[in-house]
Amino acid sequence: MWEKLNLFIERVGATAVNSVESAGLLGSFFANTVSRLFMYRLPFSATIKQLHFVGAKTLPLILISGLFTGMVVALQFYDTLVRFGSVDLLGAAVAMSLIRELGPVMAALMVIARVGSATCAEIGIMRNEQQFDALDCMAIDSYHYVMLPRLLAAIISVPLLTALFDVFGIGGGYIVGVIIHGLSDGAYLVGMADAIVGQDVLMGVIKSLLFGFIIMLVSLSKGFHLHIEQKQAGAEGVSNATTQAVVLSAVLMLFIDYIISSLML
Amino acid sequence: MNSAANAIIDVKNLVSHYGDRQILKNVDFSVQPGEVRVIMGGSGSGKSTLLNHLLALLKPTSGTIEVDGVDVVNADRKTLAKLRQKTGVAFQGGALFSSMTVGENIKLPLQQHTDLDDHTIDIMTRLKLELMNLAGFEDLMPSELSGGMLKRAGLARAVIMDPKLLFFDEPSAGLDPVTSVELDELILKLKAAMNMTVVVVTHELESAFKIADKITVLFDGEVAITGTVDEIKNSTDERIQNLINRRPRNDVIDAEQYLQRLTTGKN
Repeated sequence: MWEKLNLFIERVGATAVNSVESAGLLGSFFANTVSRLFMYRLPFSATIKQLHFVGAKTLPLILISGLFTGMVVALQFYDTLVRFGSVDLLGAAVAMSLIRELGPVMAALMVIARVGSATCAEIGIMRNEQQFDALDCMAIDSYHYVMLPRLLAAIISVPLLTALFDVFGIGGGYIVGVIIHGLSDGAYLVGMADAIVGQDVLMGVIKSLLFGFIIMLVSLSKGFHLHIEQKQAGAEGVSNATTQAVVLSAVLMLFIDYIISSLML
Repeated sequence: MNSAANAIIDVKNLVSHYGDRQILKNVDFSVQPGEVRVIMGGSGSGKSTLLNHLLALLKPTSGTIEVDGVDVVNADRKTLAKLRQKTGVAFQGGALFSSMTVGENIKLPLQQHTDLDDHTIDIMTRLKLELMNLAGFEDLMPSELSGGMLKRAGLARAVIMDPKLLFFDEPSAGLDPVTSVELDELILKLKAAMNMTVVVVTHELESAFKIADKITVLFDGEVAITGTVDEIKNSTDERIQNLINRRPRNDVIDAEQYLQRLTTGKN
């Protein structure tokens, strides 16, 4: 009995220590990466290469998921609004929910699934194969050469991907509201233009900027600190680090989402 | 004996731990310029840890490490970066970047640290590829190379800046005997052509005896002996003879400790 209790307390303690250590590593990783902005030239061409991976290659996924999200949101709103006789508000409701909330969150989830997991695994494998040691030994700064371009690419791409997610979502809403249910297209589009204000767009942009930043920061840090944070080396370590990166970046993203919404609403 | 005064590598009283476990115990180690030094020892003897300390990838618990006159334990980032531009490191698995071609990997240090134009860099890259018998492979990805080719490509990258000091981690590990001999020849060629100081970590006896000017043998984190190939071969130390003649260790088993390990899983 006592032994089990002791073991339980030991585990709680170890988890607490690990969490604090993890937070510390993330903090120092953030400081190190951002400091490279001021210490070296901007890694322009490497950032363009990463924009291709983070942005362009994620685009099809974003467009498809945006379309279907918009369609399903329109379907749900149509069903509700019909009951209250306010079906003219469909365009405004779809646009507002997408621009303020669903667009940034869903686009971020897609980026986590496609980019965050792949980045963490890639960086983790680079760590396992001594590629960061090799960079150190060649006097090439890993934060500047590997991390900064990826972080900048995420901060630039995620807001753009979110904007396109919103556009395709609104298009999906148009298909359901106007084409399938016969709503007038004027009501759908004009209602939307009237209801959306600058503050709504600003909220979406701030959220997506921060989401892009936090997703990439967590994914990079989890891969980079694989040798410190993971007990198991090799494939299992990479697998665990990737899972942790996906879970942590999703949870942090939703937490930030709530904070920004509560501050701006 | 070595005069530490003009040594290119000088390690004194190096103590190192991984967590609570002591890996290196008061290691003294010095290498003269132009020498090929082989660090030997079995698994867990601390040879890779010693290499990582020489490369300033690990911080020791205590002791001093000087490489080419730089105190690498306390050096700031800029000093260390300058030193590292004069040293080359070939890692065990090559440590090439998988997202770049072989050629891009090899020219990376030149692109980062010199103002040479692309054409000159291309020529220098091809020169090193020729030297490593890898001509024509520059546009392949590392995943398309065999183990031996990866090591040679890693070696090409390590020497692209014509370093005065080269570190090579396990050149023969996992290679067939012919490729292994080829790599040994390459190391000797580099020493002769560029007058490099070379530090090789290996557990392959044949390779060590072929390339070494001097050999340092580590046992359980301590330097057992440093000497020429003949001195090592003629050593009367039983552990060295066991290593040379591939005899297993004859550790005396304490019956009580053995039983305790079996029943509790702890020492």
